[in-house]
Amino acid sequence: MSFLHLDGITKTFGTTTVVKGFDFSVGQGEFVSFLGPSGCGKTTVLRMIAGFETATSGRIRVDGEDVTALPANKRRIGMVFQAYALFPNMTVRENVAFGLRIAGLPAREVEHRVDDMLALIKLDHLGDRYPYQMSGGQQQRVALARALAPRPKLLLLDEPLSALDAKIRVALRDDIRTIQRELGITTVFVTHDQEEALSISDRVVVMYEGRADQIGTPAEIYNHPETRFVAGFVGHLNTFEAAKADDAHVAFAGRRLPTHRPLSGLQSGAPVTVALRPEALALQRRSDTDVPISGRVLDVSFLGSVIRAKVEVQGRPVSFDMFNQAGAVMPPVGQTTDLWFSGSDLLVLPE
Amino acid sequence: MTRFPYLATAVAVVSAAFFLVPLAATINFSLRMKRGEITLDAYRWLFRDDTFVSVLGFSAAASLAAIVLGAVLVVPTAYWVRLKLPAMRPVTEFLSLMPLIIPPVVLVFGYVRIYGTSSVLPLTMSEAGTNLLLVIGYTVLSLPYMYRAVDNGMAAIDITTLTEAAESLGASRLRTIATVIFPNVRSAIVSGAFLTFSISLGEFVITSLLNRPAFGPYLVQMGQDYAYQPAALAIMAFAFTWACMALMDFFATRKPGQGILPFIRRKTA
Repeated sequence: MSFLHLDGITKTFGTTTVVKGFDFSVGQGEFVSFLGPSGCGKTTVLRMIAGFETATSGRIRVDGEDVTALPANKRRIGMVFQAYALFPNMTVRENVAFGLRIAGLPAREVEHRVDDMLALIKLDHLGDRYPYQMSGGQQQRVALARALAPRPKLLLLDEPLSALDAKIRVALRDDIRTIQRELGITTVFVTHDQEEALSISDRVVVMYEGRADQIGTPAEIYNHPETRFVAGFVGHLNTFEAAKADDAHVAFAGRRLPTHRPLSGLQSGAPVTVALRPEALALQRRSDTDVPISGRVLDVSFLGSVIRAKVEVQGRPVSFDMFNQAGAVMPPVGQTTDLWFSGSDLLVLPE
Repeated sequence: MTRFPYLATAVAVVSAAFFLVPLAATINFSLRMKRGEITLDAYRWLFRDDTFVSVLGFSAAASLAAIVLGAVLVVPTAYWVRLKLPAMRPVTEFLSLMPLIIPPVVLVFGYVRIYGTSSVLPLTMSEAGTNLLLVIGYTVLSLPYMYRAVDNGMAAIDITTLTEAAESLGASRLRTIATVIFPNVRSAIVSGAFLTFSISLGEFVITSLLNRPAFGPYLVQMGQDYAYQPAALAIMAFAFTWACMALMDFFATRKPGQGILPFIRRKTA
């Protein structure tokens, strides 16, 4: 049963079509992220759901009601903005109470609800502060409380973490998810940060040039990218040239390796692009079925928990990661080494 | 170790003297109404003059009316252009600068021609109509300053996002303007208002050609008839303008939640 339903949404600005026939459904209580590079149309879709932009064609339904023609202030959809957008002339309490006062709630009920919301975001002690007296992370929490206070049907988050420091970003991300689970509110989150999208969502929509390239769980998106764009945009990918062996196998690194993507459209021996994630490669053989490829170490960089090395294989640089465990030794730069991978980690990219 | 900046200091001293010496001379002169002693007689004389009090009252009333008209005209325009018609901004900016390009004498001559006796709207035929023209003239003269102050005030806060935030919380356009936009540009409107006030109060060309009993023409008339009193008037006009500037600065830098004095915090519920 879909709670938010987008049906063939298209948006045109002048001569450019930013969103092209976008179809999508979100279930009740689901947390969905729109992920994509800037200009892919993700924010435009969100703004059309909120009612700040009108769709050139298509319909939007929320909880069974067609809201396509409804103005933003009648939709009962909460929104959190990248720039916080707290009202600078109001205290934290007044900001959170704003939507409740507009809804015409009695003063005592407003006070109760504001208390509850401030407790939810753990800022009950800062109710009398003004926005300019608070840090970015605190302001964004207040913005979240303000959006949730009038009990909206839907919560929209437009890159809410992009303006924050790395540490606060992660903490607030976890808090948003916890609060969302607690309230069971259907949420759409827009981000260009793949780590954010993968870590927080029930489902991720990877958008590219106004279309949904792939919709799936974070694991599906990462492990089985369906398009070249998704493969390249989500996570780091090393690509190699291989050839088709038969409909279910590719020839790579001197072996016949199985593929989950049928290659029926291609002739035998036709070139195929295959890919490996940096973490799929290892210096040690981990199982009997592992396959080696050899290359020359170009560079080693230390990233803290992870050590990332660049190795030249088939004339192109390949990245691979290893955990910074005790006894982790990297081969010296310039030396030739074997990299092992499991055939099941090999991704065959669509042409 | 840098050398003492002789040249820069010399330039600063000369420039300061350029402004301060005439001012000091005027103050000195305004205090010399009685031979051989320092006296405030010139100032006393002015405050006893009924005409002075009445022209000051008239000018103040006309200036206040110009402030109201200017704010009503500029705030919604600046808001709407920023929110919905960003492509129109260069046009409104250019229009707001027109009064600096067109001399007031041309403006008022146009008014007299268009709204004169043979016009379909003969405003100059009645006292109220002429006063209305005067207020409109003041509003036009102060438009560049009012528009700039309000537009800068709106640039300092993110009008679009604040409007969207208010709307997503259920607020109507009118309520958004009243509870979110207006309180946040209030200090900008106030500083625009002070500029309008100080421009309108001493305005001469429009006021004189419309033959209104206001401060500007009075100042000129006094200059022709008396010696010491105009100096006193000039000093008072100076002091008044500076007071306006100080108030403007005060309102422009004040943060919400601060009382009239910074150490008095506003009580919140």
